[in-house]
Amino acid sequence: MFSDYSMGELGAIFAMQGFAGLILFSVFVLMALGLAIIFGQMGVINMAHGEFMILGAYVTYLTSNVFADFLPALFSIYFFVAMILAFIASGLLGMFVEWAMIRHLYKRPLDTLLATWGLSLILQQVYRSVFGAREVGVTIPDWIMGSLPMTDMIEIPINGIFVMVLAVSISIALYILMYKSGWGRQVRAINQNRIMADAVGINTAWTDRMTFGIGCGVAGVAGSAFTMIGSTGPTAGQLYIVDTFLVVVFGGAGSLLGTIASAFSISQAQSILEFFLSGSMAKVLTLLTVVGILMLRPQGLFALKLRK
Amino acid sequence: MSNSEKHNGANGVNRRAVLAGGAALTASLFTPKLLRAQDFPTAAVNTTGLAVTDDTVTVGILHSVTGTMAISETGSVQAEKLAIEQINAQGGVLGRKIEYIQEDGGSDWPTFAEKAKKLLVSDKVASVMGCWTSASRKAVLPVFEQYNGMLYYPTFYEGLEESPNVIYTGQEATQQIIAGIDWVTQTKGAKSFYLLGSDYIWPRTSNKIARKHIEKLGLKVVGEDYYPLGHTQFNSVINKMKLKKPDVIYAIVVGGSNVAFYKQLKAAGIDMTKEKPLLLTISVTEDEILGIGGENIEGAYACMKYFQSLTNENNMAFVKAFKEMWGDDIVIGDVTQAAYLGPWLWKAAVEKAGSFDVDKIREASPGIELTTAPEGYVKVHENHHLWSKTRVGHAKRDGQYEVVFETADLVEPDPFPDGYQ
Amino acid sequence: MTTAPSNRLFTKSEAIGFVILAVIVFAILPLALDTFRLNLFGKYLTYAFVAVGLVLCWGAGGILSLGQGVFFGLGGYCMAMYLKLEASTPENTSIQSTPGIPDFMDWNQLTALPWWWEPFHSFSFTLFAVIAVPVVFSFIIGVAMFRRRVGGVYFAIITQAVAAILTILIIGQQGFTGGVNGITDLRTLKGWDIRTDSAKEILYFVNGIMLFACLLTAQFIRKSKLGRLLIAMRDQEDRVRFSGYDVANFKIFVFCIGAAFAAIGGAMFTLQVGFMSPSFVGIVPSIEMVIFCAVGGRLSILGAVYGALLVNWAKTTFSESFPELWLLGLGALFIAVVMAFPDGLAGVYTDKIAPRIRKLLKRGPPALPAANAQETAAE
Repeated sequence: MFSDYSMGELGAIFAMQGFAGLILFSVFVLMALGLAIIFGQMGVINMAHGEFMILGAYVTYLTSNVFADFLPALFSIYFFVAMILAFIASGLLGMFVEWAMIRHLYKRPLDTLLATWGLSLILQQVYRSVFGAREVGVTIPDWIMGSLPMTDMIEIPINGIFVMVLAVSISIALYILMYKSGWGRQVRAINQNRIMADAVGINTAWTDRMTFGIGCGVAGVAGSAFTMIGSTGPTAGQLYIVDTFLVVVFGGAGSLLGTIASAFSISQAQSILEFFLSGSMAKVLTLLTVVGILMLRPQGLFALKLRK
Repeated sequence: MSNSEKHNGANGVNRRAVLAGGAALTASLFTPKLLRAQDFPTAAVNTTGLAVTDDTVTVGILHSVTGTMAISETGSVQAEKLAIEQINAQGGVLGRKIEYIQEDGGSDWPTFAEKAKKLLVSDKVASVMGCWTSASRKAVLPVFEQYNGMLYYPTFYEGLEESPNVIYTGQEATQQIIAGIDWVTQTKGAKSFYLLGSDYIWPRTSNKIARKHIEKLGLKVVGEDYYPLGHTQFNSVINKMKLKKPDVIYAIVVGGSNVAFYKQLKAAGIDMTKEKPLLLTISVTEDEILGIGGENIEGAYACMKYFQSLTNENNMAFVKAFKEMWGDDIVIGDVTQAAYLGPWLWKAAVEKAGSFDVDKIREASPGIELTTAPEGYVKVHENHHLWSKTRVGHAKRDGQYEVVFETADLVEPDPFPDGYQ
Repeated sequence: MTTAPSNRLFTKSEAIGFVILAVIVFAILPLALDTFRLNLFGKYLTYAFVAVGLVLCWGAGGILSLGQGVFFGLGGYCMAMYLKLEASTPENTSIQSTPGIPDFMDWNQLTALPWWWEPFHSFSFTLFAVIAVPVVFSFIIGVAMFRRRVGGVYFAIITQAVAAILTILIIGQQGFTGGVNGITDLRTLKGWDIRTDSAKEILYFVNGIMLFACLLTAQFIRKSKLGRLLIAMRDQEDRVRFSGYDVANFKIFVFCIGAAFAAIGGAMFTLQVGFMSPSFVGIVPSIEMVIFCAVGGRLSILGAVYGALLVNWAKTTFSESFPELWLLGLGALFIAVVMAFPDGLAGVYTDKIAPRIRKLLKRGPPALPAANAQETAAE
């Protein structure tokens, strides 16, 4: 299939394709980070993860409207404000959910799955009642939607770079938070032995609430970023949920590095397959490979040596 | 258990405004024949036990108002309610007011079949306006054929079907596709095409018809790709498009994927206003642009039978009445207009037949003309599809299409095209 | 859960429960409902098969599968393939370019029946395949997962991914599977028109009998040694392993049984509803099936049947009257069942209702006012 093209064209396309894979990688990382914390550190299966993302997207939508109406001069930078608001909104909702629901279920992980699925149905209907069943169009500042022409063939989408930078900075921030801060040590201590953690004076209830809130907040930021590349509607969150869980499980729960490695391998596989195959088959093959590898190595790529 | 509310007219909307809109349409376009119910005794016009009384007739509305398809189907429900309201304001059908029973398909195909059966068997409705996706239509079709109901189906769809129990008020695939490809080759000199679609029957069949036609013209298809419904990552296919350099990207992406596709296309530096490559779609109506954002699709072309921006008198009155009933912010897409035709075509058929009986309506339907259609003049074909014009619209930043081309004549519907099967 | 395990198949109260359910399914519902509603309840009962299977896997075995829709769908598709072939006679399909193959194949330019469709001309092969295909599939998944001691949450997520894969595959290969529209317009079973009212009633009863066959099987498994081992595994897997049992084999077995039940339900669904589509295979229907089981009570096979009936009935009723509120109600139901009633309807019955009945019975049949006084006293 390549005989018709010059070396220059091929080189350019491979560069572009590599970049497309990197964008997909960043998207996966953003989707999965919040979940990696909640699922990996707390063992809670949050099926409403997608709805927390969409909450972030709706907050972005509202913010863009407010800026367009009242602060048109600052419209080009509203996105940064929107992401902060999205983090706060999703985080607060997450903390509330943890307080009302999740904290009663820590001993029954499978039940968190059902309860949060119920939560996701409720959130979807709330979005539908408030914002309407149709998708809303989020106006993105022009500078984000442009591209940087490198050569004739190679053009780098700015929103792609934006998503990548965001993914890297959030990963670093979470890494520092989880592995370099005292708070992160508390979270990991609770993960390893809740009773002992309690006994040595860690406020487990508060730490749990904060962890869940931060995980949801990160989901909100991801949702906010995804308004640049995807749709914002009441049921859009469900599109992400399977991919997200697979990325986390494939990486090995409890390991941030594993999540990133797994996002990288899945996204590269999918993006390369998509180039050679039809989109649907590429997706099926990627998922099958992931499931296949998980059957051979159920603990994921980077697992803590824990057996339940 | 079956306790759906019966509605009589528009609930909770400004009734007077709607009536005024309806009256305006009537006054300007219609010569109202005042039919009085007593001239048509119920026993004579309803020999099959339908829900017809001396002063009312009940029809069904069957769309998804919950679930993933609610996004698309809301407009159709609104259009059908508007049409019913207007018909009632003119004195109804054979002197009888139309009442409707609305059922929710819940974006779930067995539910559609279930509810269709309820409407036909328990409620005995005289006709049903409804369905949107092909899957929902395929699910209800055996029900309509078994219980001999009449369905007015509004969506443009893949064809390959011709049921005696359905009137297809949207275009079938050849009507929509061939005129558009002819236009883009003749006026834009397009030589090569890249076909892209969501992975289900309508895009696949449509692309098949498009490919055959393109190859018949001696032109080239340089790529064809399908993505699962709801897919949100299109960077790889956009790269493939950049490599193959087609003159035309022929896109039949639907639903949430649409938003992702156009945003990523724009971000990848493909400026559609430069028309290099040109983008032609048959799946993006004004409704979808709301979600995509006008600035992200500006410059694309769409090929369908109706655009909100049509300037004929019928359409001006229709848009005005629609906005008065459902609010100023609303946009009207191709399917919404096709849904609006349903009740009017049914009324015309009933009046021509002088009866509500489904068999007589079926017999009377072919040849029915509607001069008041917002899209202009339409006529029902023997095969239960509509003769209609096909138009090409150019997307503008404000989310509306500017009509740049329309076929000189009505295009004949051809649900089973030779050699495309 | 009965407190004292007994070697008989039924305790007295279990026997009474079975009889009451039989009366409801075979007498009360058919007498009280018209054919249309009865057919609806028949459809709900097909989900009960899945829910009963889940009671075994999840309630007794502790294996939560979020991919039961896969097995439901495979069973349903096997049956639908047979019915579709029967409906696609050369006479019925004479307008096609290749008469005699299913219509959707013709639309997708297939000119011959794919080889793997051929055996489905035979009804006996179809009946075999309805069970065998899902069971083999579940066996493969089970061996791969349980032998490596994958369980709990991981198992749930992987089964969910399997459901996603199968859905994309069915939709993508529409020439062979009917795509997103599914396999529709099924008409006759060995010449017998399944669309008529009388056929629907007969199918309802066949469905009921099959359901009771599955219920009895489930009851038998639970009362057998295997059933008690399953519960032991759920509660203390390692102790069972150290006692010398091969834990994985028991899990694989019960997972296959659950798959077989779901497949029978799927086949009965196809027969009663008249089509099969990928929307019953995916993640959402699979999770909904779990909630039928959870509402009924994950430990009670009879509760699972009531759960499936109740949730679906509520869904139909509420979505007719208050479509906007339905999702809120369903969501709240999920949360309520998990938070407040982890043992579902069956739990409410055993904790709240049964003791009162027992009390009443002990005092002999009292007059009605006395019964009321009794209840208030019990509060």
